[in-house]
Amino acid sequence: MRNPQINRHGELQHLLTLDGLPREIINSILDNAAPFTEVAEREVKKLPLLRGKSIFNLFFENSTRTRTTFEIAAKRLTADVVNLNVSTSSTAKGESLLDTIDNLCAMNADMFVVRHSASGAPVLIAQHLLATGRDHVHVVNAGDGRHAHPTQGLLDMYTIRHYKHDFTQLSVAIVGDVLHSRVARSQIAVLTTLGVPDLRVIAPKTLLPTAIDNMGVRTFNDMREGLRGVDVVMMLRLQNERMAGALLPTPQEYYKVWGLTPEKLSLAKQDAIVMHPGPMNRGIEIDSAVADGAQAVILPQVTFGIAVRMAVMCMLAGQ
Amino acid sequence: MNIRIINGRVINPVRQTDCVQDVFIADGKIAALGAAPDGFQPARTLDATNLVVVPGLIDLAARLREPGFEYRATLESEMEAAMTGGVTSVAIPPDTDPALDEPGLVEMLCYRAKKLNRAHIYPIGALTIGLKGERLSEMAELVEAGCFAFSQANVPILDNMVLMRAMQYAATFNFRVWLQPIAPFLARGGYAHDGETASRLGLTGIPVAAETVALFTYLQLAKTTGARLHITRLSSAEGLTLIEQAREEGMDVTCDISINQLHLCDQDIGYFNTNCHLIPPLRSQQDLKALSKGLLEGRINALCSDHTPVDDDCKLIPFSESEPGATGLELLLPLTLKWAEESNLPLVNALSRVTSEPARLIGITKAGYLAPGARADLCIFDPAARFTVNRDNLKSQGKNTPFLGFELPGLVHYTIVEGKLMFER
Repeated sequence: MRNPQINRHGELQHLLTLDGLPREIINSILDNAAPFTEVAEREVKKLPLLRGKSIFNLFFENSTRTRTTFEIAAKRLTADVVNLNVSTSSTAKGESLLDTIDNLCAMNADMFVVRHSASGAPVLIAQHLLATGRDHVHVVNAGDGRHAHPTQGLLDMYTIRHYKHDFTQLSVAIVGDVLHSRVARSQIAVLTTLGVPDLRVIAPKTLLPTAIDNMGVRTFNDMREGLRGVDVVMMLRLQNERMAGALLPTPQEYYKVWGLTPEKLSLAKQDAIVMHPGPMNRGIEIDSAVADGAQAVILPQVTFGIAVRMAVMCMLAGQ
Repeated sequence: MNIRIINGRVINPVRQTDCVQDVFIADGKIAALGAAPDGFQPARTLDATNLVVVPGLIDLAARLREPGFEYRATLESEMEAAMTGGVTSVAIPPDTDPALDEPGLVEMLCYRAKKLNRAHIYPIGALTIGLKGERLSEMAELVEAGCFAFSQANVPILDNMVLMRAMQYAATFNFRVWLQPIAPFLARGGYAHDGETASRLGLTGIPVAAETVALFTYLQLAKTTGARLHITRLSSAEGLTLIEQAREEGMDVTCDISINQLHLCDQDIGYFNTNCHLIPPLRSQQDLKALSKGLLEGRINALCSDHTPVDDDCKLIPFSESEPGATGLELLLPLTLKWAEESNLPLVNALSRVTSEPARLIGITKAGYLAPGARADLCIFDPAARFTVNRDNLKSQGKNTPFLGFELPGLVHYTIVEGKLMFER
């Protein structure tokens, strides 16, 4: 079983997951992202690093926000960007995922940014490209099912590093629907790789994956206990359909027990930062007073996200 | 045609014998072992020096995909696979399309199989019409048409009252009921063992409780109704424990596992290998060990291929959307041998799990052993030869198996069915 995202020379060929991604590669993405944050502040927000490259945003699942950040990142690198909302086009006509890929490859795609509701779909695409000898085409996973959302995980690391510097001294708590969250899986993978000594997840038992204790985290069901003394609070989005699946009784009860309020946040360190991958459900997983408060770094996350995505795209397809 | 097999290492699991002797076949039956019968004139002599001669393998579950799924496999293609794998009898689960719930369908299937004149088939009738779990199938008629047992394949009955009635009705005639332990709501929407691998990959899990809860139900209902229960495709250590507890209480319940569960665990899914999308799911390493030990000690009665050809279109898609199932007919013998090697089990014991034991479970009295008068179904293989499983050397139309790339022992040289040489390498 070959790791499909690393090529024979140990370089990043695709970005599919942060699970098992070497620390050196993670650090070099974060290092490379730093100068890109300045590009956004220039009058001409463009660099020619991906000039002439064709990047296809393949979104099999709707997401305006993530697609937009990838689009901006690619355009700032002067790539040609094509957006495809595939849920409304070819697959509806019965075309298989790999047929779609083959067709777009025939249009000389250089990179696919893929979001899919099925875990592993971008891995399948990467394996297919490998099997058909198309080593020059790259895949970036923009979120697949519950599996991974690596660029989100990386931008979270960029944000933490920006505010907290040393990962090896940190207490970090991830709060909410870990079970269904690709974001949480990527965060857990990368935080453990970067050596965070105290990584906690806080959730009701119904929203924790089986055997999560084997992934290097401590689990807490009690939010107050879990937040005590942490440096970073990473909130997760709670989808409304969780109520239907008999996983939770009501949003109200969830808010009461696991919603991040100023009072609960006060148990964390004084200078703790609060993160959220967005879009937020105010009044469900997070109180507006926290979301808009001084400790929140939710908007900087978005800004850093573009720089991190630029760094990833350059690392994969840049000269 | 009279056939003489000379110098072979003849293994007869039912008698626990393993020695070099000659085998003489006449009129579709074994005429003698050891010395030739008086006046025996062989039309063909097979030299089995360094080869093993065993009863033809009996597979408790092989989906030949007819009727209904001919684009995935046909009787022709899968019979070819059976012959290549030394499998001379197969039990056929009822999840064809339409399901095997009508005597006419079963008769047609038996007729087609007989015309092909390869492996003997033993159809398992649908316990309920269309496997829908609502109305009982015509069990008495189906048995007349050729069914030897009744099952729901992978489709559990939602309504336990229907299940109890079905078991009661089957018990009326002392028919066998073969059930796969799947608690429908606990297994719903899942595609991998609910453990660390599924959690890491973000695949919806099927908890072990989906098996144990169903087993509790089945065992209780078998006790109440007196149905002859066989549990198919066990996947967990806990499930096996439940069966053993029931046996300790005096219940006569048997069970089998597939080659997949004997050799693989959830970690083999690796990077979303859809060939490891199976029903039941591949469970943990501990489960794997417990099942292997259970089969070794005879607490699990038999090993089967659970042969389920699936076409590429249904495998080259994301894991959760892919179809469960793997091809296996040609791998049953090699994987039995691999297991024997790894567990230091004498061949005579290992081979009983794919010959005499399944014969007993199906109720085959004429085959599964070597003795004068037995049906001359034989498999002659080279135990020392090794081969690498790849798409090109599989005869089955289904090329998808988690064992692709594995180097396995055991190459079949001859397959004899009812005294006829049907396969020759």
